[in-house]
Formats: sequence, structure tokens, C-alpha cells
Amino acid sequence: MASPTKKLCVKPEWCKGCGICVAFCPTETLELKNGKISIAKPESCVACGMCEMRCPDYAVYLTEEGDN
Amino acid sequence: MASRLIDEYFRQSKLPHIWCPGCGHGILMRDVAQAIDNLGLDKHKVVIVSGIGCSSRAAGYMDFDTIHTTHGRAIAFATGIKLAKPELNVIVITGDGDAAAIGGNHLIHACRRNIDLTVVVFNNNIYGMTGGQYSPTTPTGDFGTTAPYGNIDLSFDLPALAQAAGATYTGRGTAFHVPQTVKLIENGIKNKGLSLIDCVSVCPTYYGRKNKKGSAVDMMKWQRDNAVDAKKAASMSEEELKGKLVIGEMYHREKPEYTAEYQKLIEKVGGAK
Repeated sequence: MASPTKKLCVKPEWCKGCGICVAFCPTETLELKNGKISIAKPESCVACGMCEMRCPDYAVYLTEEGDN
Repeated sequence: MASRLIDEYFRQSKLPHIWCPGCGHGILMRDVAQAIDNLGLDKHKVVIVSGIGCSSRAAGYMDFDTIHTTHGRAIAFATGIKLAKPELNVIVITGDGDAAAIGGNHLIHACRRNIDLTVVVFNNNIYGMTGGQYSPTTPTGDFGTTAPYGNIDLSFDLPALAQAAGATYTGRGTAFHVPQTVKLIENGIKNKGLSLIDCVSVCPTYYGRKNKKGSAVDMMKWQRDNAVDAKKAASMSEEELKGKLVIGEMYHREKPEYTAEYQKLIEKVGGAK
């Protein structure tokens, strides 16, 4: 159930691979691929923002559709 | 391109920051920006002042008027800034060692004066930047490079210390409890007086590794599972609170504020025309 208005974005070049986002995502949307953040299942994102608020490196965030 | 919050309040040319993988300081620094954003403050009226240590790198990353000062003296510099321009929102970002050891006297006297500063302590329970020496908030019995047989000191309870010294708003957040911590920082900024928010970070590299606390994720799960709100803690026994981390708002009172009192004095004696 992807959010109709918010889009999940990642910035792997800022990711240090701590895994906090993966651990606290309630829908297992995120994974680490070669030590960097990656969206495994975009369709399961519920746009709760748990990843964005706890990413120490600002490498994952939600935008309004239409923003970048 | 990053999120709106990061675009608006951070110097992206300085990112990614140099904090270790999983360091809670990045989360807490974002909390400070979120609190400023939620309050709708004019960013040109916000000054971020930091001292020395891992915490104090924040002043380099945040896109406000910022000053990265000397060890333990952030509050002294902030006092000067606030007295010169009382209309500014002056936020001090400091660490447990910077605030409570090297700058301990500056902290207690700023509290005593109740000057309108918001002191946000990124408390990682150790001296991270210099290699893991125990700090005034390292829990008794825990290990550091300078406590290889365990720390025999009792640790400071920073909000209690600030309250006893005269601060008018105190609270404790954590890296895990983001919305609650943002709210405490907001309340601290709004309080007209000295506010201290003890923000318990996670340091997987030194404090965590020295004390076998596991990964950053494990340390944040510990915060999630062991935090008790101050209101609930008030009805719990010392025994029940053993091993728990009390969070939330701890103290809020109104008292005369230093810069306002200073202005009254200027008006009374007719100086500084």
C-alpha cells in the first residue's frame, strides 16, 4: 500500500550503512545493498516517516509527489 | 537534493557529516532543525553555539549564524551573544563532557542566572572524539579507555543538576524518541530562561563497543524498551526504576530572566545610551 501523495527517496551517497532505517521500518520496505540503503519493496511503503526521522545521515526521506 | 528540512537548514556542501555510522548525533541535530522549523523561527534570528567534541561538530553543518568555540566555553560565548542581542534565539549544542566537566561552571552559573539560552546536550556518555575516555555521564560500573576496570564515579543527572542550579526548563530525550525530543527542544526554545535538554545519543563506536551494547540498532532498541516517561516514573519506586531511562519534561517554572533584568538595570541607572 504505497502512499498516494508521498514518495520515498534515498540518497545512497550519504548512507553509512548503519541499518537503523531497515530495523525500524514497520513494513520491511528498505534493505541494505552492498552496505548502502536501497528500496526493496516500494509498494509496501506506508509513508510513516520512521526511516526519515531516525536516519542519522539524512539518506532517506519522503517528498510530496511533484517535489523532487 | 535532500529533504526540505535538510535543504533549508543544513550546509549541504559539508554533508555527509563525519560522525560514525549509526551515531545518534545526526538524529539529534535533525531534531534541533525540526524544532526550529516547527516554531517557524526566522533563521536569521537563530544562533547555534557549540564547544568542542563530537557534539560540537553540529555548528559546522547547520546553516544558521553559527560559532564553534573552545572546549567547555560554548555557554560563555552564548551568554555574550545573548546579552549583546537579546532578540536572538541562542541555542547551545554541547556534549556531556563539554557541558558538565570542562564547562561545568559555565553551565551552573548560566542556570543560576536563568539567562534565555537553550542548551541541547548531545549526551553520548563518553568522550568520543578523543577515543572513549569516561565522562561525567558514564554510568557507574561502565567501561571507558580510562576506566579499564569499570568506572567507580557516580554519574551526573544533567536535568537535575540544571534544575538545582536554577534552570527553568529541563527535560530528557533520546535518539530513538524523535517526536518527544523535538517537542522538548521546542519547549526549551520557547521558555524565557535557561533550558536544558539532555538528549541521550548512541555511540556505537566507543561507548557501545567498550560496554558490549551491540550495534547502533541494538542501542536504539534499548532506548525504546527501557525509557519511562517522567510522569509515570514519579509513581515508581527506586527499585522499579533501576536500569530504566527516565525521559520527558522534568521541570518548568517561571523566574526572572537575566537579559531582561539587565535591561531593567540599564534603564534604571541610565547607562548605555
